[in-house]
Amino acid sequence: MLSEEERQEIERTLQHYDRKSAVSIDALKIVQKHRGWVSDEGIRDVAEILGMTVDELDAVATFYNLIFRKPVGRHVILLCNSISCWVMGYEKILEHLSARLGITWGETTADGMFTLLPVPCLGACDLAPAMMVDGELYGDLTPERIDGILGRYRGGEGVWNVP
Amino acid sequence: MERSLTYPLTWAMRPDREPLTLKEYEGKGGYEAARKALTKMTPQEIQKTVAEANLRGRGGAGFNTGQKWSFVPMGDDAPRPRYLVTNADEMEPGTFKDRMLIEGNPHQLIEGMLIAAFAIRADYSYVFLRAEYTTAERRVARAIAEAYEAGYLGENIFGSGYRLEMYLHSSAGRYICGEETALLNALEGKRAIPRAKPPYPQVSGLWGKPTVVNNVETFFNIPPIIGNGAGWYKGLSLSEDGGTKIYGVSGRVKRPGLWELPMGTPMGEIIEEHAGGMREGYTFHSVIPGGASTEFLLKRHFDVKMDFDSLMKAGSRLGTGTMIIFDQTTCPVGAVLNLQQFFARESCGWCTPCREGLPWVVHLLQAIENGEGRPEDLETLEMHTRFLGPGKTYCALAPGAVEPLQSALGLFRGDFLRHIHEKRCPWK
Ligand SMILES: Cc1cc2nc3c(=O)[nH]c(=O)nc-3n(C[C@H](O)[C@H](O)[C@H](O)COP(=O)(O)O)c2cc1C
Ligand code: SF4
Ligand code: FES
Repeated sequence: MLSEEERQEIERTLQHYDRKSAVSIDALKIVQKHRGWVSDEGIRDVAEILGMTVDELDAVATFYNLIFRKPVGRHVILLCNSISCWVMGYEKILEHLSARLGITWGETTADGMFTLLPVPCLGACDLAPAMMVDGELYGDLTPERIDGILGRYRGGEGVWNVP
Repeated sequence: MERSLTYPLTWAMRPDREPLTLKEYEGKGGYEAARKALTKMTPQEIQKTVAEANLRGRGGAGFNTGQKWSFVPMGDDAPRPRYLVTNADEMEPGTFKDRMLIEGNPHQLIEGMLIAAFAIRADYSYVFLRAEYTTAERRVARAIAEAYEAGYLGENIFGSGYRLEMYLHSSAGRYICGEETALLNALEGKRAIPRAKPPYPQVSGLWGKPTVVNNVETFFNIPPIIGNGAGWYKGLSLSEDGGTKIYGVSGRVKRPGLWELPMGTPMGEIIEEHAGGMREGYTFHSVIPGGASTEFLLKRHFDVKMDFDSLMKAGSRLGTGTMIIFDQTTCPVGAVLNLQQFFARESCGWCTPCREGLPWVVHLLQAIENGEGRPEDLETLEMHTRFLGPGKTYCALAPGAVEPLQSALGLFRGDFLRHIHEKRCPWK
């Protein structure tokens, strides 16, 4: 069941489009903002109010990189592994993150705190290597800076919200 | 000369890159060009001025913008509604110019869109923004709200009787959304698969209605062109293409960053003067001049002007105009592998050569990088640059992907062979 808040947010978005199915991506993002990820139940709920079939909506949900169809940790780290960050040594940052968190690409820490995902170029190549945590951008990364950044999120509230 | 006349894209921005409020932008003459366009010019006059200015699209393909608009069917019996869309998907690796522009002065984007929308008599406009640009998202949303409040959007703008609605759509991430027809499918709430062209979006775009899609930087050029004229705009440039360009440099240079410079500024000048040259201990190896899908160039190309035609003649492309610099510590095979991994991952999977070919390219490059390559792998890679080239696939993602690969196989052949013969990466 969609919460009242979710329903209202989706209905507000519907006003900007002529057709209900056009808001499928916005609606999935709204559900994800509230629940952290989009479960099968979430797909069913959204499909129903948009007048789409479950298969139609799931085909959309699985296409986009930032719609999570599996549970993710409380905080989602998107580490850029594109070319400028490669030149500037993102691989060292990945090693450090992996050592600190005990996870690699696509995994979530045992305490459910962090999920680590690769992301294409964050448009911060002048600050490479760069990453994003819960939608917040961090550049000029070094192993030392990483520790400070992780500390800010450890124990913190909130889920990844695709805004 | 006044800053607004020499740096028409960034003139109004603050050094700290905090966004201008509507009041601040108006204080500097913001929205005056839009007022002029809507109250003193016809859509045809605007299209003609932009075409004469020889503004070429800044999204990579470089099509003449005014000409692009002229393909939209106009007149009383032409289809409605019509749509205008800003392509702010910016996911091309190595590219970070549109983020700076939107974050620094979202009102100049809106003003450019307003003029462009009027020039095709659009009814609705959308800003299609990539998901990760969260700061830009907040700033654009606020700027749109301010513009509505001031009467620059909505009904009867500047008393002209013209009405325009504008919405912000923030994506959910996928490089292919930047391809303009895939973008339209994404806006319709579908999987972002490219559409067949023709028909072109100007004739049949969003919901099958006439639609114009332009890049963020393209729209930033519109207010100054309308404000100061096509002749002035052409005069800014050092080459045939009009205006200024946001150039960028990343990699191990002293000052990575972005600069607004005359279109046609030589590559070496940007790297050595503006970016400060290489950092202590690093020497220049090669450059890809305009994002991940452009060909490698070398130091001997430093005199090449950074414009559409000159780079094409030099065997590469202007692309997005943001350069990625490689140095003596970066393995050319590793660099190409990284690029191809990106393209393979982001392929939308719609057509077979791209869906099957790119992972195979990655496989071969990984083997070579690991010291497990064979000489005949180079032939196979070369074959792929042809099979994935222009005309063989549904959209330009795959042809773009093989541009750096093809040039690397030519320019750095010795390095590929060393990996194969020494059975290891000499850089590791
Ligand atoms: C795979 C792919 C990705 C693209 N990504 C972008 C993008 O992020 N931003 C952009 O403006 N153009 C992008 N383009 C180019 C667009 O298809 C289109 O040419 C452009 O938005 C037109 O705007 P312009 O005429 O102002 O350059 C991409 C093209 C391809 C094939
Ligand atoms: S070339 Fe690649 S990205 Fe383009 S339509 Fe084909 S599969 Fe999709
Ligand atoms: S390549 Fe990493 S931010 Fe651009």
